[in-house]
Formats: sequence, structure tokens, C-alpha cells
Amino acid sequence: MGLIEAFALQAAQALLVIAIAPLVTGVVRKTKARLLMRRGASVFQPYRDLLRLSRKEAVLAVNASWLFRAAPYVIFAFTWLAATLVPTFAFDLPLGPSADLIAIVALLASARFVLALAGLDIGTGFGGIGASREVLIASLAEPALLMVIFALALVAGSTQLSAIADFVQSPAVGLRTSLGLTLVGLIMIAIAENGRYPIDNPDTHLELTMIHEAMVLEYSGRHLALIEAASSLKLVFYISLIAAIFQPWGNQFEDGGLRYFVALGAYLAKTLGSAVLLGAFEVTVAKMRVFRVPQFIGVALMFGLLAGLLRLVLRGM
Amino acid sequence: MPIGVALICVLGLLATAGLAIGLSRKAIATRVIYGASAIICGVALANAAVGLDEAISATLTLPFGLPWLGAHFRLDALSCFFLVVVNLGGSAASVFGLGYGRHEPTPGRVLPFFPAFLAAMNLVVIADDAFSFLVSWEFMSLMSWALVVSHDRSSENLRAGFIYIIMAAFGTLALLLTFGILAGPDGNYAFDAMRAHTLAPGGIALVLLLVLLGVGSKAGLVPLHVWLPLAHPAAPSHVSALMSGVMTKVAVYAFIRVVFDLVGPLDWRLSMIVIAAGAVTALLGVLYALMEHDLKRLLAYHTVENIGIIFVGLGLALAFRANGLIAAAALSASAALFHVFNHSVFKSLLFFGSGAIQTATGERNMDHMGGLIRGMPKTAMTFLIGAAAISALPPLNGFASEWMLFQAIFLSPKFPQLGLRFLAPASGAMLALAAALAAACFVKAFGISFLGRARSAAADAAQETDSWSLTAMFALATLCVIGGVVPGFFTNALAPASHLLTNGAMPILNLTAPWTPLLPAAANPNSYSGFMVAVMLLAAAAATLLFVRVFANRAIRRSPAWDCGFPDPSPVTQYTAGSFAQPIRRVFGTIAFHAREIVTMPRPGDLAPAQFQVSLHDPVWNAIYAPLTRGLGFVTDRMNRLQFLTIRRYLTMVFVTLVFLLLVLAIWA
Repeated sequence: MGLIEAFALQAAQALLVIAIAPLVTGVVRKTKARLLMRRGASVFQPYRDLLRLSRKEAVLAVNASWLFRAAPYVIFAFTWLAATLVPTFAFDLPLGPSADLIAIVALLASARFVLALAGLDIGTGFGGIGASREVLIASLAEPALLMVIFALALVAGSTQLSAIADFVQSPAVGLRTSLGLTLVGLIMIAIAENGRYPIDNPDTHLELTMIHEAMVLEYSGRHLALIEAASSLKLVFYISLIAAIFQPWGNQFEDGGLRYFVALGAYLAKTLGSAVLLGAFEVTVAKMRVFRVPQFIGVALMFGLLAGLLRLVLRGM
Repeated sequence: MPIGVALICVLGLLATAGLAIGLSRKAIATRVIYGASAIICGVALANAAVGLDEAISATLTLPFGLPWLGAHFRLDALSCFFLVVVNLGGSAASVFGLGYGRHEPTPGRVLPFFPAFLAAMNLVVIADDAFSFLVSWEFMSLMSWALVVSHDRSSENLRAGFIYIIMAAFGTLALLLTFGILAGPDGNYAFDAMRAHTLAPGGIALVLLLVLLGVGSKAGLVPLHVWLPLAHPAAPSHVSALMSGVMTKVAVYAFIRVVFDLVGPLDWRLSMIVIAAGAVTALLGVLYALMEHDLKRLLAYHTVENIGIIFVGLGLALAFRANGLIAAAALSASAALFHVFNHSVFKSLLFFGSGAIQTATGERNMDHMGGLIRGMPKTAMTFLIGAAAISALPPLNGFASEWMLFQAIFLSPKFPQLGLRFLAPASGAMLALAAALAAACFVKAFGISFLGRARSAAADAAQETDSWSLTAMFALATLCVIGGVVPGFFTNALAPASHLLTNGAMPILNLTAPWTPLLPAAANPNSYSGFMVAVMLLAAAAATLLFVRVFANRAIRRSPAWDCGFPDPSPVTQYTAGSFAQPIRRVFGTIAFHAREIVTMPRPGDLAPAQFQVSLHDPVWNAIYAPLTRGLGFVTDRMNRLQFLTIRRYLTMVFVTLVFLLLVLAIWA
């Protein structure tokens, strides 16, 4: 693969995740609406929302500091970079060696750090409650995620995403208990980190249990558009991550121009399919109290630990 | 001759201390003393950096100290590295002191001890025999104690000083016994003789335990950390920075010198003690910090946490070395040493920030701050960089060293022993929890003090701090960024020290291509390039900014905060440090601290305010120190009777003791 082709692929990947992020959010919403016997907005509604927000003027609180204005750009850049570094339709990317899975996850932690600070900047009660709960959930989800990564690294021998994907595709891998446990753990963490049901309600404002929406309450206009886009990107990030690790199929064809189209089609199918599944899952569960969340994430942590221990004790699992 | 330069710098600092005694009543003293300290530390820093680069090993014996021993000094890669840490912190604190020291009400009580304290830390690191080491160590403790009690008007500071001096004496006692065992029956106290002398396995275990006690009481290993959150904040802020950022590292140096160098090869079982102690320290330290609303005490508790992280790295290095896994041992040791450097940089930076806040508002309690980012934007910027660095966020230096440590933990399946194979990932999970909680804690520390609305008149009127202080803070913040963007520069520089500890080093990187990713070990395919991440972040942010500039509406309107339509004008309705940490207190604090919340609601119709009370119990103090002090009080009360005996009885007691000792001697022989 030539250098130019490689960087073109990387750039295509960076643009692809941005292009489909609102669509994924739209598909989740549409699925939920249809299952609740509503017609629902078009799957393209999130694009229209972003466009409308970016055309409006931004209203800032009188005491908003420079941090509040810079935060949307920083959050979007961190999230975008994390989503770009996950292989979508091409795997051996030139920027791959720049960051392994721990570093990619840490990029999202940086985004969250800035978001929680932005929530505290105006000095309103809602911003505080959102930031305070966000860091609680993060402080539980991050060790759980690291345990899952550790279990994966034990199985695959690396924390580099392309290496893990190569390993999962190799014929040596059968059905492994440890991989199954990490998959369940990773999905639970993804749900918690994205503030989906049953952890948080992504659709409403003004609910006492809300987390993410409470932090961004003071944002408007282009700033809000960036934050909304970043949260869609984060969802795409987790879906791509799970797809890259557990279903890296569709990209193993030999060279040829057609290869990338097949891989792209497979990626889109996997992503939108996951969005439909997420929507279907969300209508079947009820939101839990905030102080039940530690137990939920604790289960994910246990899955990660179990997978690691199984692997340490029984090499074949 | 580098070692000569190092000793001359020590003499220079001592002379500065002497000068300070003479000058202390003059107005110019602050500028002269801090200026001289900054220059001398700068020279010592350059000298040590060159020495580290050349991996020198020089010794010098001077004819004082014990008559049959002399004073031995030695400069090798390890001591050069720690000299870099000490003198970097020292020069930064001196530059900060040039501005900050002007607000000192009693400069005569700070100025003489400050350069003496720096000289003592330099001496500890270059000492090459037990006598000079212990004398310098004790000198360091006493000078820092003098600085802790320099503001002796508050009983809180006096109590901090009292507890500190007791813990310091206890630590020195443990180190004295350590060196006693290391010296063997011949009692040769030169470090060279100790290296040559091999101990029995029982002796090695005893040395490890004693040195953990001795060093742990200075560095703040749980449960010996109790003095640290009291004493570090009590000192003036630039001294707090030195105590937290640098003196704890001198203690880490003592641990490395004894355990990696003097005592000889260690059994893998002993390394488990170090790893476990480090992991528990890291987790408890950050939990304590989360419960805190005094900014400086919060920072001091984070020192406890970071010392735990460093000890996990050192313990892993010992474990890998015991199993002959050289590359992995070198990775762990480099991670620990890199974190030593990083922590000294960002912790000093954060303490400087708290000092700037104290100058501007007179406050240490975060619940009386708020909105400082408006009055002090530059301080806020540097504090934010330090907070992100200590929270292990990329692309800053704290992440680079913690990433290396996690990569070392990922090599733990190579351990042949099942115990280590389980312990290493468990400590990894605890470190991950500690890192995530640290991020939560620094959202709190920065968010409550710098963001939101001002909670007091002083916070509302806060002004930016002086330019000397800002210079020191910006320099350290720049180092945080450089350490994160080109970590390869630092891992390369650490290679000689890592060689000394583990006989191996991390792969040397080509720095003419700064985008080369950091490779933890030749066998480990994982990589991270802080440079590429930083470049891509800048590119992504620039692309976003450009896109928004071109396509989005650029108008901005200022209006009152929305707050869902019901904004409350009173700033007390904001979140405070306590309420921010409430969810975490409920999840973790109920287990760790028996945290209880008592809400007393008035009866319906009653107009009395509702009451809310939180009770926390310090598990370490309650389990160890409270019974100890009670027991000590009980025994001394009983012994008090001995003060009021007649001369007859005293003579009888002397006689009985004499007979007893003679009997012991007779039986012994």
C-alpha cells in the first residue's frame, strides 16, 4: 500500500465517521419511535437539527469564561480523533501505531474532563449535578473498560486495535468464553458511557436523573451543534470499536478496487444494524436510579475480570 | 568534575542560608535569597543533566564525618536523575518565591531554611555512606519541619509540625536499623561495602520491611501518610511544592538506592509487598483527596496517590527483575522514574497555583472560591494544564508515564508465579480506578475553585498574580506539555538510570523523528506517539474551527444564564466541593470511610431550616494511630509515678538495673 493511498484511506475514514454519526443517532431514534408505535422523525432529522443549530446565533451566559467557549471545539476534536483511530473499513492505517486502545480510550476521557468542566463554568445547579454524576459514572466505567482491554490483550497479545482484529480473524480463534465475556462487558460499558438507557435518558431535558443533558444545558447555537455532533460521534466510536474487535469481517478480501467497497458496505451494515439493536434494547428496559448505576458497571467490571482470570487459569478459554 | 560542582552547589546553598540569617531584616533579602537559590539550583540542574547524559560514576571522599570512615559522596546515573528532579523543583520554587515571597509576613522565619532545605536534599542524593546519608536525611527533615511551623500562630500548624516530627523521627529510626543490618557484623557503613556484602534471605526481607517503614513515612505510603496532608499544606506554598513534589522523591530515591542497589537480588515474594502497598496507597490517597475541600490538602493527598503509582512501578520492576525479564523490568523502572519526574513537575505547578490563589484571595477552602478564571486567567490556564496532566489525560506527561506503567502490567502474563500473575492485573485495576477518580477529583478542584460564580467577596475581587510566579508556572506547564508530546526524549535520558536498576533499558528512540511512537519493549507490539496525537488533535481542532468559521453563524449574544428558566441569583445554590463529591462519597466513601449522611427535616408546618450532616471516619487513624496514642497516654500516665520517688528508691532501681545488665552479659557470653 503506497503512502498516499494509506493517508487517503485515513482521511476517508475521518470523514466517514463524521458523515454517518448523525445518521446512526437518527436510526436509533427512528427504531425506538417505530417500536413505540409512533411514526417518528426521519432518520435524517439529526442532520437538519445540526444545520439549524449552526445557523442560529450562540447565546452565552454573561459570566461564561474562555473555557466555556473553547470546550465544544476541544470536545469535538478529541472525540473525532478517537473515532478516526478505530478501524472502520480499512484496518492497517498509517495512524494506527500512534495510539493503542488505552490511548484511544484516554482521548475520550480528556473530552469528558473538558465537558464536565464546561458544565461547572456557568455556576448553575444543573451544570453541577450533570458534571458530578458524569465523573461518578466515568470513574466506574474506566477501570471496567481497562479490565476488558486487559482481557482482550491477554487473548490477542496486544492492545493495538489492528493486531486484535487480525487475531480475531485468524482461524485459530474458535468460540471463546473469555471473548464472549469481554463482549458483554464492553457493550455494558458502551451503554453507560454513551448515557443510553438504562443509565441515562438521551431524549429528555429537565429530568432529575439526567446527566449529559444537564451539563450542556447552557449551550446553544454552533456550540451546541458541536457538542451534539460529538456525542453522536462517541456512539459511532463505540459501535465501530465493538465491530472492529468482535466482527472484523468484510475486510479480508484480497487487493482490488472492489475490496474497499465491500468493506465499506459491511461496515455500514454492521453500524446501522447495531443502531437498530440499540434502539430495540432501549425500549425494552426502564431507566435505573443513579445509585444503581455502580452495580450495573460493577457487573461489567466483573465480566472483564472473569475473562482475564479465565484466560490466566485456562489457556484455552 | 561533576561531583565537585554538585558539592560546591550544596556549599553555595548553605552559604545562602547563612546570608539569609544576616539579611533577614532587610527588605531586599527576599529577592537576594530566592535569586541566589534559583541560580545555584540552575547550575546544579545543568551539572546533573550532563552527568545523567554521560552516565558518569564518580566518587569523592572528604575527611569529615566519622573519623574512621570519612564522608563519601558519589554521583552515578541514579543520583544524577534525582538531582535533576530536586534542582528543577528547587529552581522553579525559587523563581516562584521571588514573587510569592513578597507577601510573606515573617520572611525571617522562611528565608534561612529554604536554601538549607534545598542543600539537604541535594546532599541526601549524593551521599555514599550511611552516616552522611542519615545526617543529611535528618537535616532535610529538620529544615522542612522548621518551614512547616514557620507560621506558628495557628494551633493547626503546630499540631501538623508535632505529628510530622514524630513521624520523621520514626522514619529515621527505621532507616538507622536498615543500615545497621546492611552494614553487617563488621559495621562498615560505606555503601560500597554494603554492596559487596550479601545478606541471608531473612535479613533481606527485614531490610525491605524496615526501608518501607523508613521511606514510607517520608514519602507517604499508607498507613504512614497521616502527617503529610497536615504538614505539606501548613508550609508556605512554594515550600509545600518542594515537600510534595521533591522531598517525597528523595524518599523514593532512598528506597531505590537501598532496595535496587545496596541489598542485592530480591525474592519475587518481597516484590508483592511493594506492589500491594503501592496499589492500596494510590487508591486510598485519591479517595481521601475526593473528600477534601481544602485545596492544598487535596493536593497533598494526591501526592500520596502518586507515590502509590510510583511504588507499583518499582514493585513491578523488582518482580520482573527477580524473574530475569529484563526488558519488562526496564519498562517498569522507566515508567516509575518518568512518573517521579512528571509528578515533581505537575505537583509543584499545582501547589504554585494554590499559592497564587492564596495570595489573591487569602483562601485555601474551595467552598469560598469560585469564578477565579475571570480574575486570574493565566493562573487558571497553567492550573488546568497541571490538573489534566495529573489526571493522566493525553497528550500530557502524566498520561505518558501511566501508559508505560499499564504496558508493564500487560506484560504480567509472563510471570511464572501465579501470585504475581494475579496481583499485577489487580493492581492495574486499582490504578485505573485511582486514575479515573483523580480525574474526577481535579474536575472538582479546578471546577469549584476556578469556574462558576464567586462564592465570596475575596474571590470576586481576585487579581492575577505577579509575573515571577507566572514565569515559574508557565515553565512547569510547558514541561508538562513537552513531557507528553515527546516522551521519547525523557525515556532516552532515563536509559542510564534504568540500566543501573535493571541492567536493561527501554528501546532508544530516534529523536530527529519525534513522531516515532513510544515502544514499551522490543517484545511488546503496542505503541503510543504523543507527538502524533498532539498533531492530529491540533489538526482536528483547526479543521473544526475553520469549518465553523466558514459555514456557521458567528454571532454571539450575551444574556443571563438560562438554568432552565429559573436562575437563582445567590451563588450558594451552586455545587460545592462537598456536593460535587457526594455521589462518589456515597459509592466509595461508605465502604472506605464509613461515610454517613444525616438529614434532619423539620416537621410539616415548622419553618426551621432542614439540617444536613456528613460524618467521615479516617480508617487509618482510627485503626492504628488512635489506639497507639491512647496506649501511649495510658503507659506514660502510669510511668508518671516514677517522677516522685525518694532517693532511696532511685538508688535501688539503679542497682537492680546494673545487676540485671551484668546478668545478661554473663549469660550472653
